[in-house]
Amino acid sequence: MRLTCPLCGERDRREFYYYGADDYLRRPAEGAPAAAWDDYLHNRDNPAGETRDLWYHEAGCGQWLAVMRNTVTHAVLAVDLVAPVAQKRGRK
Amino acid sequence: MRYSGFKVFTEGLFGNKGWRPAWRDPAPKAEYDAIIIGGGGHGLSTAYYLAKNHGLTNIAVLEKGYLGGGNIGRNTTIVRANYFLPGNSEFYSHSLKLWEGLEADLNYNVMHSQRGLINLFHSDGQRDAFARRGNAMVNQGDDAELLDRDGVRALLPYLDFEQTRFPIYGGLLHRRGGTARHDAVAWGYARGADQRGVDLIQNCEVTGIDVENGRVTGVQTTRGAIRAKKVGIVVAGRSSQVAAMAGLRLPIESHILQAFVTEGLKPVIDHVISFGMGHFYISQSDKGGLVFGGDLDFYASYAARGNLPMVEHVMEAGMTLMPMIGRAKVLRSWGGIMDMSPDGSPVIDRTPVDGLYIDCGWNYGGFKAVPASGWCMAHLMATGQPHEVARRFTLNRFATGHLLDEEGTGSQHNLH
Repeated sequence: MRLTCPLCGERDRREFYYYGADDYLRRPAEGAPAAAWDDYLHNRDNPAGETRDLWYHEAGCGQWLAVMRNTVTHAVLAVDLVAPVAQKRGRK
Repeated sequence: MRYSGFKVFTEGLFGNKGWRPAWRDPAPKAEYDAIIIGGGGHGLSTAYYLAKNHGLTNIAVLEKGYLGGGNIGRNTTIVRANYFLPGNSEFYSHSLKLWEGLEADLNYNVMHSQRGLINLFHSDGQRDAFARRGNAMVNQGDDAELLDRDGVRALLPYLDFEQTRFPIYGGLLHRRGGTARHDAVAWGYARGADQRGVDLIQNCEVTGIDVENGRVTGVQTTRGAIRAKKVGIVVAGRSSQVAAMAGLRLPIESHILQAFVTEGLKPVIDHVISFGMGHFYISQSDKGGLVFGGDLDFYASYAARGNLPMVEHVMEAGMTLMPMIGRAKVLRSWGGIMDMSPDGSPVIDRTPVDGLYIDCGWNYGGFKAVPASGWCMAHLMATGQPHEVARRFTLNRFATGHLLDEEGTGSQHNLH
């Protein structure tokens, strides 16, 4: 599998660190109930098909990437930078 | 039909015409007392022990493909009880004891071979950690011996002790560890369950789970609706999909684990060798093939095939550990779908839906657990109470913090 980093271009899978499903982008508000934190940290849709997960371009530009891909075929559908999305959400 | 050496002999004399199918192929009934979803190792052993230990025989195992066609049909077959944490230790100890009586119990040759398992260590710190693990195993009533370098050399003279990236300091020997014939385990449990009246229904995919007022009432399948007051989900890598039919979201992420087999060779590796620093382990099958594997590919996947970086890594690790295998030709490789839990330990528990039970999260260690998993899942489904040795395998332990983190790396999906 190869990922096309928006900044660096197409790169070998070994340059990237896999973090997990993009649930990590939906951090509960401070003071949210424990169940919300459990869901955020542990429970997953874990789809057989299209999914969106977070990868870190460790041996490249050091950016966090949101990767749309298919878990059954390993096809990579889109790779986006996480920072602009996360910043927008954080400053609203 | 009871299998025996005498039976083999007499059948040989009369043209082998007396053998019968090992189990029936029944059509599903409209209702059962209990349904097991998943005809793999864990599902079949659950059905077997429900019938044998609890007298529940009006039950069905529903399998979407054929019996034993998932991870029990393709794995690296290692059987061991070398866990450290209370909660895991007694469970795997129980499982190993069941393994030791399994062939007599099932009247089926599962080729259980207690050839000994050796975990190598490569530093003083690792030696201390393994000494501690060995003590935990002995305290549990199992066996462990700490070998120094010469001790390992006497058993495994072909390892590269000096020139490798990780010079070998010694190993932890678990003599009762070993291997078994994976398919035979599924077939033995299937036959035993069938003989006790369990309906094993193949080509029957569950497409929905019926829930009324918070209670399970049955399942929808490709062969019609089937009612049952108790339903057990035992579907390994597909746990998230099946649980979602009942509206549940599990602490599971499915990952790929690759393994490899070489052409058949004369006997050369007598034990199971685990080289943790290189993420590599190996044994030799009775057919002669070297069976080996490494770590996960480390991203969520259902592709049932892996990627080349892990192939390369595993080959490199094997070559640095035992250069003698360099000229063996790899026959095939495969990728299994592992139901990874955040702490690396399994779940055998009730769910928020009454009458619906789940057995999942076996990570990459489900094979050795097959007997005890079925034993404990059967106990749970029959009595409604967790079995003593599986009482910590709860579904909500990630929320409450009662983790079983054997590696001590944290409760996070990408760390186990």
